[in-house]
Amino acid sequence: MYDFTFHRPTTVRQAAGLLARNPEAKLLAGGHSLLPVMKQRLAQPSALIDLSLIDGLDTIEQKGRAVVIGAMARHADVAKSPVVIAAMPGLASVPGSVGDPQVRNRGTIGGSIANNDPNADYPAAVLGLGATIITNKRRIAADDFFQGMYTTALEDGEIIVKVSFPVAKKAAYEKFKHPASGFALVGVFVSKRGSDIRVAVTGAGSNGVFRVKSFEEALKKRFAAKSLEGMSIPATGMNADIHASAEYRAHLVGVLARRAVAKATA
Amino acid sequence: MSATGIGAAVRRKEDIRFITGKGQYTDDVIRPGETRAVFVRSPHARAKIKRIDTAAAKAMPGVVGVLTGAELAADKVGGLICGWMIHSKDGSPMKMAPHPALAAETVNHVGDAVAVVIAETQAQARDAAEKVKVDYELLPAVSDPAKAKNGPQIHGVAPKNTIYEWSLGDAKAVDSAFAAAKHVTKLDIVNNRLVPNAIEPRAALAEYDSGTDQLTLWNTSQNPHVARLVISAFVGIAPEHKLRVIAPDVGGGFGSKIFIYPEEVVCLWAARKVKRPVKWTAERHESFVTDAHGRDHITHAELALDEHGKILGLRAKTIANLGAYMSTFSSSVPTYLYATLLSGQYDIPQIYCEVDAVYTNTVPVDAYRGAGRPEATFVVERLVEVAAREMGIDPADIRKRNFIKAFPHQTPVIMAYDAGDYNASLKKAMDLADVKGFNKRKRESARHGKLRGLGYSTYIEACGIAPSQAVGSLGAGVGLWESAEVRVNPTGSVEVLTGSHAHGQGHETTFAQLVSERLGIPFENVSIVHGDTDKVQFGMGTYGSRSGAVGMSAIVKALDKVEAKAKKVAAHMLEAAEGDIEFKDGKFTVAGTDKSAAFGDVALNAYIAHKFSGQELEPGLKETSFYDPTNFTFPAGCHICEVEVDTETGKTEIVNWTAVDDFGTVINPMIVEGQVHGGIAQGVGQALLEGVVYDKDGQLVTGSLMDYTMPRAHDLPSFKVGTTETKSPSNPLGIKGCGEAGAIAAPAAVINAITDAIGSEALTMPATANTVWTALQRAKPRAAA
Repeated sequence: MYDFTFHRPTTVRQAAGLLARNPEAKLLAGGHSLLPVMKQRLAQPSALIDLSLIDGLDTIEQKGRAVVIGAMARHADVAKSPVVIAAMPGLASVPGSVGDPQVRNRGTIGGSIANNDPNADYPAAVLGLGATIITNKRRIAADDFFQGMYTTALEDGEIIVKVSFPVAKKAAYEKFKHPASGFALVGVFVSKRGSDIRVAVTGAGSNGVFRVKSFEEALKKRFAAKSLEGMSIPATGMNADIHASAEYRAHLVGVLARRAVAKATA
Repeated sequence: MSATGIGAAVRRKEDIRFITGKGQYTDDVIRPGETRAVFVRSPHARAKIKRIDTAAAKAMPGVVGVLTGAELAADKVGGLICGWMIHSKDGSPMKMAPHPALAAETVNHVGDAVAVVIAETQAQARDAAEKVKVDYELLPAVSDPAKAKNGPQIHGVAPKNTIYEWSLGDAKAVDSAFAAAKHVTKLDIVNNRLVPNAIEPRAALAEYDSGTDQLTLWNTSQNPHVARLVISAFVGIAPEHKLRVIAPDVGGGFGSKIFIYPEEVVCLWAARKVKRPVKWTAERHESFVTDAHGRDHITHAELALDEHGKILGLRAKTIANLGAYMSTFSSSVPTYLYATLLSGQYDIPQIYCEVDAVYTNTVPVDAYRGAGRPEATFVVERLVEVAAREMGIDPADIRKRNFIKAFPHQTPVIMAYDAGDYNASLKKAMDLADVKGFNKRKRESARHGKLRGLGYSTYIEACGIAPSQAVGSLGAGVGLWESAEVRVNPTGSVEVLTGSHAHGQGHETTFAQLVSERLGIPFENVSIVHGDTDKVQFGMGTYGSRSGAVGMSAIVKALDKVEAKAKKVAAHMLEAAEGDIEFKDGKFTVAGTDKSAAFGDVALNAYIAHKFSGQELEPGLKETSFYDPTNFTFPAGCHICEVEVDTETGKTEIVNWTAVDDFGTVINPMIVEGQVHGGIAQGVGQALLEGVVYDKDGQLVTGSLMDYTMPRAHDLPSFKVGTTETKSPSNPLGIKGCGEAGAIAAPAAVINAITDAIGSEALTMPATANTVWTALQRAKPRAAA
């Protein structure tokens, strides 16, 4: 790890100010992606701006027909939140499937989606529920937020404050874990909120999380696993590495989508 | 059986220390004025070093020294060696290439060290290491052992990158057996390359005392005396009497810490040069590219059978990848630790095996838990299982038909098995595993869309290596006995100095159990001392499941001498003839009388020496023994693995595991069961999860735990563990050894189970979900076009 300065602001405004004054600074949310690359000297931020002392950034609450989760809410807290479990157990299962207990007790939703790792779990839930990302500057729809691996709509100096998930009547996440890292080799989040049906896939695509329109169309006729029978997606555009071929990932998208729908309708 | 004697499941003495963080590992040892070393390593698989510029690094803050391979060569520091001579079929000796501790001319694998930076702190050393400029001229590399012979020649001494072309057995006799066969089973097998991944990374701390001209090395070694011997005799850093090697608490080895590595040599050399203690501790990424890897065989194997499934002959041709350099015992692993076990538990009249060992531009390969025997077991147990399936014979029946039933049994491949009962372990395992109920469970799985399979592995291993004469005749550069010294203190407590080394095995407990039982003294009054060449006179260390069979036997011999001496002391105390003294339950008694002396009183009298004159008896109570066994030991058993395969994802779940092992005498059943669990976990790791991947340019793709999959608790079921017992006749305790059994047995059991489930034999390790899914696609009949 190279030397850096460490800031601990107590308001979002202070954090934004520090970010503006330190263009090479990084926000520290959970640190489970950032710190390992810093330890390997693959990242050299001039400063870390720790968000953990900012009050009210980790609240989890139901607001009308939405579950609103603060950016600094830890995975473990969201996974066991009575609010989230009551509203959408399928959403609670997403942070519950992340990494290991150590990661879940440090990692945050804001950190996860701001990083937009192509194998991370949260992007599937955010896109799969059509959530809204609320920053210190504006509100961004999930469909506009994720812009390819490790790339988001966030602008310089913009800080995620919370994420608002509309409550879907049916929602579920199915994940096939990467055997070594525990990330999603493929993860599929499905939801049905009135006529809004979403199928979002993480881990599989070479450009990050994406929606499967053909599956969504099929599910619009009837939201049942049977509607997806025999359906798959083309292997082009899928990740391929030593752990899974593009064909296998494409195949898993179909399998996991069916299982997620079955779980959502169980 | 006493509460703390042989056979008691005593809790481990060392665990409180380890669990509460009070272990003293090499990195915990702090010497006054110590510096930290960081190595500059090659990012290339093969390259010529044109120039190394250390000026910028030397100018960095806190830097004490920057040393290169050229300086190491100038100081005439010797290279690392392989200590087991293997001759090729044509009689020529193996082609051992020079292995300097720091490369001066060429680098031959990613991670090969070219320079070392020594600084006041770890961070300063790392900063400075980044400033060392190495000008490389890239050379073509070869990483695939199958392509090694046609690849660019890595070392001048080894044309076609061939180290040896070795064979064992009678090729002609085997050919005739095959000519007479009714059925021949053929398999192509890859035994996947593994990274050992001990939880404690390797480390070394070297200190030089210019007053006494004495060097001390603290290191993560499974055999500190062998390290001292090699570093003195071959590397030439210091004469043996001026070098002390201390291997304190060591956190796991699995073989990878047997060997002598460049880093400890460099730390010793550098400590004298910079006149400060020098410490190096590997980071995990360094462990991946410097700890000797394991396995890495490509084998074609054939089994000849008659119409009843009786085995007539076996032949195998193996390419063994030894990596870029020959590690300390690398040559022995794919030869005498492999081909000699190709008879398995079976009466096979003829066996022939050829092994070509090759260099590649990869990390050196050497012994890893099981070392050769897992590879042999995988060949034999896959062949037998597939032969049974091809011939329509029940896999348990084909084994029973071929089991060796009379002992001693001379195999055609050197080994003379001395004791065993293979039917007994198979039968017990089949009962425990409820093999009878398997078909019902299979139908139940099918109802849930899962394929269920059952796989056997009736393995054998040769452990407790070994008679020194025998290994010497096979090329070993050392003897493989063990030493022990039993020091009885005047107050009756006992210290045992052993040449065995514990790095997870629990010797402080099991060895104390032996002493407690033999001397009838409390278990708490015994301490075990190991891992320091200044304390223990000599020892061959711990590997090959040898500490029980060989190390404890040496303690038995020393205890025999202690008892004999103590009887003399007791005779003087009790004013009786020595021949009338009996020793039982910690008490010396004059036979037929009620006159007795407790062990502690006898110990005190041995030291105060008031009851006998110096002419009659030497004072003191301390005895030494060097024990050399009469044979290897042959642990054997039967593991049965039951899996469920998800046909949609290809994911395998191990749903049942039964292990019935014959380890001979068991000292501590809890520790033995723990060894079995750990061994199975490593074997399952090899079968399902672990596998080193190099790309064609020699870059390590699986270079971290994010890509290299270690087994976790959730990958494993609860094991059903049982034992059978036939005692080893080759050592006084009848011990066979348990440390490697699980890792040897498990891979074949897993792959036999999965192939049984999916109905296809074309399956490579690790059998990841993707691999099994792909095999399932191929297993399906093609649809008409």
